[in-house]
Parts: sequence; C-alpha cells; structure tokens
Amino acid sequence: MKLSKILKNGFLIVVACLALSACATSKKSTGQMQGDVYTGTDTVEYLASGVPDRVFFATNESVLTTASRETLRKQAAWLRKNSKITIVLEGHADERGTREYNLALGERRANAAKDYLMTYGISSDRISVLSYGKERPVDSGSNPLAWSKNRRSVTVKAN
Amino acid sequence: MKNILIILIIFLIPVKSFGLIEVDITRGNLNPLPIAVSPLSIDEESRKNFQNILKKKNIGSEISSIVEKNLKVSGLFNPLDKDAFLQEPDIANLKPRFEDWNLIKAQALITGKVSYVDEKLRVEFRLWDVLAGKEMMALAFTTVPNNWRRVGHIITDKVYERLTGERGYFDTRIIYVAEEGPKTQRVKKLAIMDQDGANNKFLTLGNELVLTPRFNPTSQMVTYLSYFRNLPRVYLLDIETGTQEVVGDFPGMTFAPRFSPDGKKIIMSFAKDGNSEIYTMDLENRIVEKITNHPSIDTSPSYSPDGKFISFNSDRSGYQQIYVMKSDGSNVKRISFGKGIYGTPVWSPRGDLIAFTKLHKGKFYIGVMRTDGSGERLLTENFYQEAPSWSPNGRVLIFYRETKTDSKGKGFSAKLWSIDLTGYNERQVPTPTDGSDPSWSSLLSN
Repeated sequence: MKLSKILKNGFLIVVACLALSACATSKKSTGQMQGDVYTGTDTVEYLASGVPDRVFFATNESVLTTASRETLRKQAAWLRKNSKITIVLEGHADERGTREYNLALGERRANAAKDYLMTYGISSDRISVLSYGKERPVDSGSNPLAWSKNRRSVTVKAN
Repeated sequence: MKNILIILIIFLIPVKSFGLIEVDITRGNLNPLPIAVSPLSIDEESRKNFQNILKKKNIGSEISSIVEKNLKVSGLFNPLDKDAFLQEPDIANLKPRFEDWNLIKAQALITGKVSYVDEKLRVEFRLWDVLAGKEMMALAFTTVPNNWRRVGHIITDKVYERLTGERGYFDTRIIYVAEEGPKTQRVKKLAIMDQDGANNKFLTLGNELVLTPRFNPTSQMVTYLSYFRNLPRVYLLDIETGTQEVVGDFPGMTFAPRFSPDGKKIIMSFAKDGNSEIYTMDLENRIVEKITNHPSIDTSPSYSPDGKFISFNSDRSGYQQIYVMKSDGSNVKRISFGKGIYGTPVWSPRGDLIAFTKLHKGKFYIGVMRTDGSGERLLTENFYQEAPSWSPNGRVLIFYRETKTDSKGKGFSAKLWSIDLTGYNERQVPTPTDGSDPSWSSLLSN
C-alpha cells in the first residue's frame, strides 16, 4: 500500500515535470507571442476605453485568432454605439516578403477584419480598406518579435 | 529630359569581319580583356569652346573616362592605367604603334577625337585589335554638347557589341524609388538616372508613397503605384512631359503594374474583398480584361517578350509560387517546385529565362530558371533582396537589397545592386539616396 502510494506520487511528480518542460519548449516566446502571433500590448492604441485598435496575424496568414475576434467584437460593440463613426482598416505585412505580394496580403488581412465586423452588424458602408503592405512597419526591428507586431490590421477612425 | 536627341552615326569605314578578338559573355569572366582607352584627343580651340559650354576642362578625357568606367563595371574588360600609355592620343588615333600598346599588355585599344563643329559636338572613335594590328571599327557622331555623357555610353555600346557580338546596355536609364527617413516613416519619390548613376533626377516630391515604377519597353513612359489621396492606384507617367493619369477605373487598390512588350497594354493586379486578380487594360481603347480567376492572391505579372505568355506569382498552392499561363489566362501551370517561396517573376528580354526572388530558410535569393521551371540557378543570397529587372540585352539584373537592423532597430538601408546572369560581377549601383524597385529602360538610341 505504502509503496504503491509513494510510487503513485512519484509518478505524478514525473508527469508534472514532463508537462512543465513541454510547456517551456513549445512556447518559444517571451510572453509577447503565441506561435508567431503577437500577443503583447506595446504598440496597441485604444479607440475607446477597453477597445484595442488592432489585431495581429501569423506569418503569411490572414486567419483571425481567438484574441483578434475578441478585439473585433469590442470594436463592433463600440461602432454600434457610435453609429456615425466610419473607419479605415489598414492592413499591413512584415518585411519578410516581396513588396507586391505584401500589398495583396495586407488587403486580405484588412478584409478578414472587415468581414468579421460585418458579421457583428457593422455596415460595409462604414468601412473602407487600405493596404500598406510592408511600407509602414510600427517596429523597425529585424527580428521575429518586431515582425509579429508589424503583421496587423489597424482600425482607424476616418471621421 | 527632352533631349533624347537623334545622334547622327556615320560609319567611317565599312566594318569588315576579321578573325579578331572576341569576348565570351556567356560564362563568368575571370580574365577580363585588357583594353587601353586612350583619351579622345581635342584641338585647343574646341577644348576652349567646350570648356565654356560644359564647364569641363577637357571634354575628350571626360568622355573617355565614361567609356573606361562602363567597360570596367561590365566586368568583361580591364581598362589599363593611362600613366603607362606611351603614345600621344592624337597620334594614336591616326596610327597606333601597336608594339607600344602590346608592351603594356593591351589587347584592344580605343582612340578618338573630339571637335567643335557648328556649335555641335563631333566625336570620332576607332577600336583596334592590338595583336592583329588592325582596325576593328570606326564611327563618328554629331550631337548637341549637352549629350556628351550619352556619347560615352554609345561608344561603350558599340565597342561592347563589336567585341561580344551582343547589344550593349550602357545608353540606358534606371527608374527607381528614392528613399529617405526612418524605416517606419519612409519618404519615397520616383527618381530616374543614367545607368551609371549620373544625371539623377527626382520625378515626384515625396508627398505620397510611390512604389514599383516600370518602363514601357518601347518608349519613355512609366507605370507605377501611387498612394495619391490615400488611394493606392496604378498610374501612367510620361517622363518627357510630366503628365500622368490613373490607369482604369477600379473600385479598389490596383498594383504591380507592367507594360506589355508592345507597350500597348498595362497588366496589373486589382485587389477586392481580400482577393487579388490580374487584369489588363488596353491603353488605346481602355478595354479592361480580367485574366486570372482564383480566390488566391495572384500578382506580380510579367509578359514574355513575344506577348504570348504571362508569368505571375500566386499562393493558390498555400504559399507563393511562380506560374505561367497563356496571355488570355488559359493553361495555368505552376513552374517553381524547389524548396521555398518564389515571387516577382520577370521574363528575360531574350525570352529563355525567368528571373525571380526566392525565400528559403530565412534567406532571400535572386535567381533564374527556364520558362518551364527547369534549370533553376541562384545568383545571390542575402538577408533581404528582391525585384530583379533585366538589362535590355538580358545579360545583367538590377535589384534592391535591404539591410538587417540591429537590436535597437537602427542601421536600415536600401540600395540598388546589379549582378551578371553568370552570377559574377555583383556591384552596388550608386544612388544619391537609398533606393529600391529599380527598372531598366531599353536602349535610348536606335
């Protein structure tokens, strides 16, 4: 009995260690990135209290993450409350891609945000889309964290 | 810019084909041909006239140093040190003492003469085979004095053509985007310069972002992307008159423009609802045609020189790859199958190769492949580089390269570079500011 209990506890400890080390290796981030999507707040500005202005993307992707969808739902709620506001969605890419493809990718990212806002009742008349490709990075660094901040769609008040 | 002047070319002596010197440009030239460029001789009265007009002390030497520099930059020639020349320029032009030139190991010799005739610049020059002791070519030009740099480029083109058997690329210009300011707020202007970096001129003021200028292969028209009024659209610019117009009436961003080889159409991408497709617009009748139809990003289109095919890049397979289709959009075929991401395909003016940008394992490459995707050859590797553009003879590529910034985000630069198709002779192309998105013109003369 006693022995089995010790063994059991020991086993549990071993399992816990494995889980921790797995976490440590698979996270590969400083707490500001998940995978290669930026999760920090350094560059984020606010459209209103509690309404972040931007969402971030993985390399070459335009899929909205769970966090991005949450941000966009907040934006949609704010836009419904302020029905006279119109917005520009500015889509951006990082510097690790050819200029022309990045223009298209920025447009695709901004449209992913636009589509989501529309499903929360924001009329397309209130939204315009502008791609900057890789022309307007927020972080001038040449490293994965800087690139993750630059892969973004930013909601800007147009009026 | 108005003086794209007609330059009168007279063949002094009919050019005969001897079994004389030849330069092979098909392989990396590790033994550039030793050539002596004797300063063009000039009589004292002409020298004074040109000094008044052009503020150059000796226009003969100025023109020959342009020739010398062009030949050196081509990588195929090794212009010899003038201090070693034994024969006076005026006498050499009449009758070279071949044994003297042989002594300094020159295999070819260029001599010539400049004179002031009826307010014009008259230049004659001769190319000599030193070993055979024979004249290979003799030509004379007459033009307005202001064209003196172009005379140097035309002489180089003629010498290059005579010695390699292929057209030159020296009497050409480069249009590009001049860049200044911090990386997060770059100010970009259209700029144009001679192929050697001289006569740089800005064509826009930098008030709006401009990108990807490209020459019409048949004229001095340019198409480019401008963010005028924050609406990214393809524009057409006449660099002689400065007039410009939006190309087409698209309800969204148009980008990635290029001319068709006959200069009559512009091919470009139009982005809408997250999907970029390729379109053409006929510049005469304004008819717009949709060429691709796929829910992926289709962009960076470039025609084959016969106009029958279009290469472009698309991420329809998941990542950017290069495709070729017929010019009506049918028969789409993927041609890039190597490891990595491929973009910016540009068809060679000779028709046999496509130059591209490749990203693999965090490095960017400029490379070439045959038009069916076979024979991929990477010419240069770097942290970031893209957008190759061909010299009009298809022997040299110009592209731009950006540096990696340090941990503080400092140290960014963008520069123009050129490399021979052989993978040799990589050089930075001088620009007064940073530069990107270069496009090479066709030959200005002829």
